[in-house]
Amino acid sequence: MTFHFLLLLSRQGKTRLTKWYSPFTNKEKSRFTREIGNMVLNRPPKLCNFLEWKEYKIIFKRYASLYFVVCCDREDNELIVLEIIHHFVEILDRYFGNVCELDLIFNFHKAYYILDELIMAGELQETSKKTVLRLISQQDTLLEGGPGEHKVDL
Amino acid sequence: MSSKLRDLIKTVRSCKTAAEERSQIAKESALIRTAMKEEDLESRQRNVAKLLYIHMLGYPTQFGQMECLKLIVSPSYADKRIGYLGLMLLLDEKQEVLLLATNCIRGDIMNSNQFIVGVSLCAFGNICSTAMARDISPEIEKVISHSNPYIRKKAALCAIRVLRKVPDLTENYIPKIKALLSERNHAVILTALTLIIEICEMDSTQIIHFKKMVPQLVRILKSLTSSGYLPEHDIGGVTDPFLQVKILRLLRILGQNDPEASDAMNDILAQVSTNTDSTKNVGNAILYECVQTIMTIESENGLKVMAINILGRFLLNRDNNIRYVALNTLSRVVNTDIQAVQRHRNTIVECLKDPDVSIRCRALDLIYSLVTESNIRVLVRELLNFLLIADAQFKSELVAKLCIVTEKYAPNKRWQIDTILRVMSIAGNFIPDEVPSNLIQLISSTPELSSYAVQKLYLALKQDITQQPLTQVGLWCIGEYGDLLVADKSQLPKDEDGLSLNVSEQAVIDIIDLIFRHATTTQATRQYSLTSLAKLSSRFSQSSLQRIKTMIDNYKQNINLELQQRACEYSTLFDFDKKASILDRMPPIEKQEESPHIGNKNIPTQTPPQQHYQQQQQQPQQQSSQFGSILDGLDSPTQSSANSGNNNNNNNKQGGNAMSLLEDIFGSAPTPTSNGNMNNNNNMNNMNNNMNNNYAMGGMGMNNNNNNSMGGMMNNNNNNNNNNNNNNNNNKSQASALLDIMGDLQLTPTPQQPQSQSQQALSPTNQTSVLQPVPQPLTFLVYQKHGLNISYECSKPQPNNLSLTNINMVITNTGSSPITNFSLQAAVPKYLKIQLLAPSSTVIPPNNSGEVTQVSKVLNSQQGQKPILLRLKLDFQINGQPFSDVPDTPLPSLF
Repeated sequence: MTFHFLLLLSRQGKTRLTKWYSPFTNKEKSRFTREIGNMVLNRPPKLCNFLEWKEYKIIFKRYASLYFVVCCDREDNELIVLEIIHHFVEILDRYFGNVCELDLIFNFHKAYYILDELIMAGELQETSKKTVLRLISQQDTLLEGGPGEHKVDL
Repeated sequence: MSSKLRDLIKTVRSCKTAAEERSQIAKESALIRTAMKEEDLESRQRNVAKLLYIHMLGYPTQFGQMECLKLIVSPSYADKRIGYLGLMLLLDEKQEVLLLATNCIRGDIMNSNQFIVGVSLCAFGNICSTAMARDISPEIEKVISHSNPYIRKKAALCAIRVLRKVPDLTENYIPKIKALLSERNHAVILTALTLIIEICEMDSTQIIHFKKMVPQLVRILKSLTSSGYLPEHDIGGVTDPFLQVKILRLLRILGQNDPEASDAMNDILAQVSTNTDSTKNVGNAILYECVQTIMTIESENGLKVMAINILGRFLLNRDNNIRYVALNTLSRVVNTDIQAVQRHRNTIVECLKDPDVSIRCRALDLIYSLVTESNIRVLVRELLNFLLIADAQFKSELVAKLCIVTEKYAPNKRWQIDTILRVMSIAGNFIPDEVPSNLIQLISSTPELSSYAVQKLYLALKQDITQQPLTQVGLWCIGEYGDLLVADKSQLPKDEDGLSLNVSEQAVIDIIDLIFRHATTTQATRQYSLTSLAKLSSRFSQSSLQRIKTMIDNYKQNINLELQQRACEYSTLFDFDKKASILDRMPPIEKQEESPHIGNKNIPTQTPPQQHYQQQQQQPQQQSSQFGSILDGLDSPTQSSANSGNNNNNNNKQGGNAMSLLEDIFGSAPTPTSNGNMNNNNNMNNMNNNMNNNYAMGGMGMNNNNNNSMGGMMNNNNNNNNNNNNNNNNNKSQASALLDIMGDLQLTPTPQQPQSQSQQALSPTNQTSVLQPVPQPLTFLVYQKHGLNISYECSKPQPNNLSLTNINMVITNTGSSPITNFSLQAAVPKYLKIQLLAPSSTVIPPNNSGEVTQVSKVLNSQQGQKPILLRLKLDFQINGQPFSDVPDTPLPSLF
């Protein structure tokens, strides 16, 4: 289940989070984001959530005003990828407490930290929501008052 | 101290225009750069965070890369956390700056703080370069056996990255993986499985190392499926579906082509497929993976049927995603067990009506592979219904598939004609170019259906003349079979749904007139119309002729050169007393040996019908080597008219497939002709030979030839000498040969047509001398009886295609009385194809005072293995006494 990249797009087509697991040039990255944004945002709601794109497959799911888009290999299990997306959303939801788009706009770095505990090298690394949340909160506390810590209010 | 990240985000969000946003970002970037220069430690974290935001908006941030490096070398976790995040987002493996981070990452991996190890491993796993992978692999190999599962799972995924970059290092990791599997921690097992799958997929020879793990994997999967509620790992009532899917995927790799390993999996796969809750997506994800595993490994047949039934259930699911994966998987497995898939045919057909185009496409693909002789009627009916409502982008694909299956599995020709006509009338403008020509070929080769087809087409044209391909086929058929269309059918017996229209000639011409004038009619279709009219002129009664002439005359001044030329040619043809035979029905067009595959553009019949005559002519040429060119079609009737009064079969001999027509031919021989006709015959042969040789040369320059020859038809006064002068040029010689014949027919025949000329034209040496020297023809006597001597002059016309042999039969008469009513026919074994032209004369003068030649071409499909063998059937009369003989005449083995 290799993810090549993961995008969070708002309904207006604004990028909220991008994570690239395969090497693409900056030009490609912005072109892909635009291209996929158009495909996903303009897709009628009742159609299936999979798109064949280049040699990959695009799997996306809309949560409120946000589209979670994953690009993976053609032979990957589309249904479990949808579950992984949902897994990520649930963790975000628990971490922020009823997550909304604004949470992710102002705390995008935290969304990245959560994603990094969930997916690494394009592969799923943790299947337990609780574990991810525990690890994140441990790291957050470490910032607060460890010896020699250098906490800055961002 | 600079402003907060939050304030920057607010400012940017409040920008009204893109220009305003750009200026805000530029201002902020300048501030960050200044802060960097001043080495403002306090604001470094904040600046990098802002840069990440700016980066996400798509602005340049390269200047911040060094700041990230400065942060990761700081001992503080807070610094490292944001530093590594920046490193992952602002840099990638292609940037050399990344190398500067190598030592820092190496140090952090060995740090005592698990979270510092965590962030460094994460950065390494996401963006390391090949050089870095090689450098840091020893550290990864160490921490993959770390006591902390948090570090072990990350190290396992880092190992994947290392092996993707440096596959040689695989050996170092294999011994360490086993320990990871005996864990209780799901995340560690999951990442270890991912690593194993990666290794196996990269190099299948490594699979052997993991075969022993099958029982262990089965055990883990079993405990997952049978465990009760585990809050830590529960997803929608299923215990750790991610891990289950991963195990199933690895089992698939290990069980493929391995009956023993597959055997060990059967039970658990059956258990997973029966016990998994299929009401939610998560359960279906597992079932989907399980089905794929069952279909890939050497599983029991019962299990396979069960798997396909799961997919059948998926098809009934209301969730589009589930139907999508079901169709996808079914088309992958359809070849493994077509019967099991057939059972779900109706459900699959239903999916054609799905609003989701990706589901429709997949359903169509699948149906396409499910069509067989037995279900074609049902499935094609469904597809036709669907074609009515399909949207434009889908139509062309659907039509192409329909035509392929119809051609491939049609139960009978009538059904095939009906279906293709229906496709053309529903979506005529979407059909592939070759379909109309294939249909014409089909109709023309099925004489018993030509009346039916022309009536159907007539009806179709009455309804709709805007579908160009349909109109063109219709015009072709009306032209060819117009007499059948208007024939009085009240006397004919009707079959159950046979048509018996009574159509007047006027009505047919009306429709052509309408086509001429219709706005959507293309020039190509107008060309068809003209030719159709010309053909009808010889099929319809005298009363319609005037109208046809007027209609054709209208085009004599047309701005389109092609139409104008055609109209001029045809109207001249009307004044030409032999026109009836020139416009005779085309001989049946034969199907190509290699049946034309739609989509294969190499096959010449599939060239789009640009010009009517060109198509008419190309088809016979290219579909069967029995036809020289259009002119064969043209000249055979001409010849018959030259031999007027004889019910001779020369036409057939020329046009038809010599093999299949042999039986018809045997038994009737042409009667002698007058001298003048003889000359014509000679000339005709000459032309034929020229043309046939030309065809044998590879049929190049067809268009040219045709144009030339059509031009030639108009030209009445041409010099016979052209023939000699231009003999070394195929095109020209063909054209001039035609000119000659036209000249001969219309003007006075040349009194003496030198025999040698026809020979010269026949001689392959002459044809190919420009290109390559050709072996000298071999001449030998094959028959000698009753004064009749037959000798063969054999030659290979194409040095690079030895399977083709020209046999020039030279017939002389050593007896004292002339041999009359001479007829020579030939039969060959199946591996040979023969083309036999008419003899230059049916009278052989006595006492060796003249010779008659007859040309044949033999194509040996087993050249070099089997010899050429001809069985002749000779019929002739000497002094009114009939003789007949059937000698076998083998050729020397070198031919």
